[in-house]
Amino acid sequence: MSRAAFQEKFFGVMRWVVIAVLVVATIFPFYYMLLLSVKPIDNLLLDPGRIWVSVSEFTVDSYRQVLTSVEDGGQGFLTMLRNSALVSIGAVVLTLLVAIPGAYAVSRLRFTGRREVSALFLGVYLFPATLLAVPLFVMFAKAGLQGSLVGLVIVYIAQTVPVAIYMLRNYFATVPVSVEEAAALDGCSRLTIIRRIVLPLAAPSVMATGLYVFMIAWNEFLFALLFLAAEPTHWTVSLGLQQLANGVEVPKTVLMAGSVVLTLPVVLMFYAAERMLTEGLTSGADKS
Amino acid sequence: MTTLTERPPATEPTRRSKPHTARREENRTGLALVSPTFLIVLVVVVLPILWTVVLAFQSVRLVDIQSQGLWGHWTLRNLERVFSSPGFWSSLWTTVVYTVGSTLGSILVGLVAALALRRPFRGRALVRGAMLLPYVAPVVAVAFVWQVLLSPDLGVVNHWGLNVFGWDRPIPFLTQRSYDVLGVPVPMALFTVITFETWRYFPFAFLFLLARLQAVPAVLEEAAVVDGTTPWQRFRFILLPQLMPVIALLSVLRFIMTFNKFDDVYLLTGGGAGTDVVAVRVYRFLTARFDVGLASAQAVVLAAVLIVLLGLYFRLWGRRAQEEES
Repeated sequence: MSRAAFQEKFFGVMRWVVIAVLVVATIFPFYYMLLLSVKPIDNLLLDPGRIWVSVSEFTVDSYRQVLTSVEDGGQGFLTMLRNSALVSIGAVVLTLLVAIPGAYAVSRLRFTGRREVSALFLGVYLFPATLLAVPLFVMFAKAGLQGSLVGLVIVYIAQTVPVAIYMLRNYFATVPVSVEEAAALDGCSRLTIIRRIVLPLAAPSVMATGLYVFMIAWNEFLFALLFLAAEPTHWTVSLGLQQLANGVEVPKTVLMAGSVVLTLPVVLMFYAAERMLTEGLTSGADKS
Repeated sequence: MTTLTERPPATEPTRRSKPHTARREENRTGLALVSPTFLIVLVVVVLPILWTVVLAFQSVRLVDIQSQGLWGHWTLRNLERVFSSPGFWSSLWTTVVYTVGSTLGSILVGLVAALALRRPFRGRALVRGAMLLPYVAPVVAVAFVWQVLLSPDLGVVNHWGLNVFGWDRPIPFLTQRSYDVLGVPVPMALFTVITFETWRYFPFAFLFLLARLQAVPAVLEEAAVVDGTTPWQRFRFILLPQLMPVIALLSVLRFIMTFNKFDDVYLLTGGGAGTDVVAVRVYRFLTARFDVGLASAQAVVLAAVLIVLLGLYFRLWGRRAQEEES
């Protein structure tokens, strides 16, 4: 067998081995999370190596404990889900409100300092959160925003605006200038053009950007820990889960149920966005 | 730009002034549209960073900050304390090892994944969706799953290790500093944290590399196949050069992100067992002692080291790119 033919065969087989290993490596931890969340803790301790759950032992007790309110002896994750949702939706709305005009300006308009501003927005993306954590912590302590969800939203806007600008800028650049020019001929103002022409054309992309912002805000942990740790009624799910793990004698099965509750919304959204993103790209407006 | 299309018949001077005002109008609109973003970035990012630098040179604790003005006593004591504090240098070294290991790991695995998933097959979309899970899922959740998976008493990894692979005793992956593998001490916990980071961020590299791979013109490879090249040669001499710019960009991005990473290490090990990266130290100084000055100084040093390393990288890489061109 020639060297080329041997390699052809070898890499042909390796390809499937690699795919199999990667699929197991990425999915197994999530499967394990789900598995443990529906198992009684005693069964887990008895046989930690068993990676399936029989019908007879299947239980939703862990979920019940996680979702029941604190007054009723549970962990109160429903309140935390609400907090996370409020903070994330707030971040999405405000970020898009600020980033859409900014991204449009950077991608379409020539103005003084355009290049510098554009570089700054990208540079901000790379600034370490640790550098921001200290002054924001101090600022919020001073302004009395410590422990408030509003404060957290403000920080999240700063975290997500650069990413949003970056994504939106690329999308806006694909909207054909000819369409805008036609609208301008019809007497539309710049803002009308953005609202009536650019946004509808880029709508799937704007949605995708919004969902990405949502994911960042939903998954964020450091600032939630810094600002909200002392305020249990304002905990987000991430923070609540971490505090739960720090507590004494919380069964791992309950912890895993909490992890599922934290993970599920964001993963569902991601898959919704993935489809939308591809649809938005394939049904492009300018097919001339 | 757009108003240019509408050009009424006019005398010479007005025609010259028309584009001029259009240009000025565009400039004004641009500035107006960009100003909200600019303000946000200025207030919540740029000013705080400048303030961190100022705080690094002041001796401040959280309790004094109410009374103290912005321009308190300037001092180099914080920096002195950072450099002389026990554990600083080892912590910086840990950060570098952690960052380099995770960056290389995630790009390498991402590259292998992209190559494997390059050609279409049944269910590829599903597999690609699965690949992105670790990147999408909240860090708190995945960190805890890993903790349970690797736990010495009820984790499935150690259980299988003992029963299937014949380990003599469970391995405390996240709590043991050093572990002997065939007589060679391996920094166990640090290695585990690097593996976690590789697992979590290879999808990021995978996405970028796959997109680039699919844009490589098929003719190039077809010609090479006709010439009787091996798959490895085609990868080495056709695909890799095409991917190099993306790999370089990914290296920089992942390096910066990982160097400042806080949550992954904090959640997995709390900075114990030889995984004490600088970002976790900053957090500890800030919350355990409320020593704002010291925490700021530590953060500023971290950023400075990052800038120096990036400068070196661009220098070396820029020179190599020039050499390859000539």
